[in-house]
Amino acid sequence: MAKWGMAADLDRCTGCGACVTACHAENNISTVGADQASRGRAKHWIRVERYWEGEFPDVRVTFRPVMCQHCENAPCEPVCPTYASHHTEDGLNAQVYNRCIGTRYCANACPYNVRFFDFFNPSWDKPLHLQLNPDVSLREVGVMEKCTFCVQRIKAVTIQAKAEERTPADGEINPACAQACPAKALVFGDLDDPESAVSRLSRSSRGSKLLEDRGTEPKVTYLSRQS
Amino acid sequence: MTHPSHPRINSDLLRPLLQTSWRFYLLVALFGSIVVAALASWMTQMYLGFGISGIRWPVYWGFYVTSFVFWIGISHAGTLISAILRLVNAGWRRPVTRCAEVITVFALMIGAMFPIIHLGRPWLAFWLFPYPSERQIWPNFRSPLVWDFFAINTYLAGSVLFLLLPMIPDFAVVRDKSTGLRRRIYGILALGWRGTTKQWHRLETAMQIMAVAIIPVAVSVHTVVSFDFSMAPVPMWQSTIFGPYFVAGAIFSGIAALLIAMAVLRRFLHLERYLHPVHFENLGKLLLVMALLWGYFVFNERLVVYYGNEPSEMAVFWRTQRESFAPLYWTMVVCNFVVPLVLMGIRWFRTITGCVIASACVVVGMWLERFLIIVPSLGHKYLPYSYGIYRPQPVEIIIAGSTFAAMALLYVLFAKVVPIISIWELKAGEHTPPDLIPPATEEHPLGELHL
Repeated sequence: MAKWGMAADLDRCTGCGACVTACHAENNISTVGADQASRGRAKHWIRVERYWEGEFPDVRVTFRPVMCQHCENAPCEPVCPTYASHHTEDGLNAQVYNRCIGTRYCANACPYNVRFFDFFNPSWDKPLHLQLNPDVSLREVGVMEKCTFCVQRIKAVTIQAKAEERTPADGEINPACAQACPAKALVFGDLDDPESAVSRLSRSSRGSKLLEDRGTEPKVTYLSRQS
Repeated sequence: MTHPSHPRINSDLLRPLLQTSWRFYLLVALFGSIVVAALASWMTQMYLGFGISGIRWPVYWGFYVTSFVFWIGISHAGTLISAILRLVNAGWRRPVTRCAEVITVFALMIGAMFPIIHLGRPWLAFWLFPYPSERQIWPNFRSPLVWDFFAINTYLAGSVLFLLLPMIPDFAVVRDKSTGLRRRIYGILALGWRGTTKQWHRLETAMQIMAVAIIPVAVSVHTVVSFDFSMAPVPMWQSTIFGPYFVAGAIFSGIAALLIAMAVLRRFLHLERYLHPVHFENLGKLLLVMALLWGYFVFNERLVVYYGNEPSEMAVFWRTQRESFAPLYWTMVVCNFVVPLVLMGIRWFRTITGCVIASACVVVGMWLERFLIIVPSLGHKYLPYSYGIYRPQPVEIIIAGSTFAAMALLYVLFAKVVPIISIWELKAGEHTPPDLIPPATEEHPLGELHL
């Protein structure tokens, strides 16, 4: 059984936001409009956090793409009263929309604030409503949603590979964000395979986890900037 | 203090039941319409979507959870206080216990509404219940919200029993004093009470058992409510002190609610002969003790965080201590500590008016305390990029505010159908026939002590 993980190279990230757009398109994440977004209702399963270092004019901007860290020791899982938030065998931190009753406890427990609540039923500005992904379910009002590592893509490839009696090759599975990243800052793969690209990057001396001291054991490794 | 005679007690305490003035209808209409407005607001929220509230990323809990914790706290007024007063046989408790126990039951009913109101999909709230489902899915017993479900239901069941048991002899009094349909209804409620020695003995035994059993339940309820926060890795939530801190705050706000309710009842039902200044003074002293305890807990919580100097916790700490939440924070300190300390600490101020002013401040302060535990932490969680500000919207303000009207409505209706002061306990306190009262309830000198 694979253990899916990701590496994000902050040296490569240009903060372009292609991952955010790709994620919205792939996962049928509804857009909420400027007004609701300003009231904290935007749902970006992956976001590019922008920080400034230093004082003007000696200022440097840094970017950090943040998505669900798929923690091994996820604080969102034990607090869910209905098992909507739970751990899968391949280490994904899954969210069962149909089982969610919307206590929002998981989002409070999450140190990364990567869980999003559906405040309204989903709607899309035309013509975005014509590009919905049939592989991803729509979420109704009142449930939590979050990054799945594009579980629909993982499933599609692993099922196909199983039918062909082989294991998925490294790099065969790509979440939408990693696929769209022009700088190849995001690398996805199997952490159990020591030879996979993501494993090698995760072992890098530049690597660190986000809020590592919280003990959540995230499966996303950030490679620090060198320049 | 002069004691009213038995027929006098009956007529005084049964008057609200047997006579209805226009004021009753006015109050019911007033409070009822507020409650209906709140229900309509909730329906609107369900129809239009949760987005009409001020809840947002990342402050996912706001007024609703504040109200939940606040009302569960108020519910510690009754059962716990009256159980303790019964166990130590404080004689002055007699006219107070029922007012207190009623607050418990109604506050629990109101508080228990909020976990449902705040759900994204409230129509699926039954998924929290451990029922044998055809899909063989149980609720997640690791979740503090499921513990809440059990703790609150246990407490509700226990406090309803604790309220109903001593009402049986009073139902019998009403049955004997009334005619027609009312006689039939109260006859059923009185469960065939005849006032035999055996029945009195059983009632006393049951009350003793309930009084002992309800105390750990009451303590556990607010501890479990505090676990909703202390179990989550959120700055200033993960605190080992939260259990006793919440329980102390709950008893504190409970006493305040009880004092206000007693003062209102005394004024409007003309119970001056039963609720004496000494009752207010004694409860005022309890309020003072709890104010000191509350101050001690807050000092502890704050000092440890400050000394620990953990960056994410310090962000929340300063936010409440001297940044955006500071006005609310210092209002809370004044309301919960300074005012009760001055008014209840100085004998001259420990009057009925003084008690009511202090209690009103404590109710406001405790509501703020719950709010200040929940919202600043959620808005300031670790990553500065995801900081957020919560602004309550009309729907939340209406629903949170209406709970006070709901409490008043339930209280008015209850006082209409049940004597709000326990008739038989009051009579038993006057002169205790040894054959009627088992040794356990013999007056203890402690109750007469004027501390």
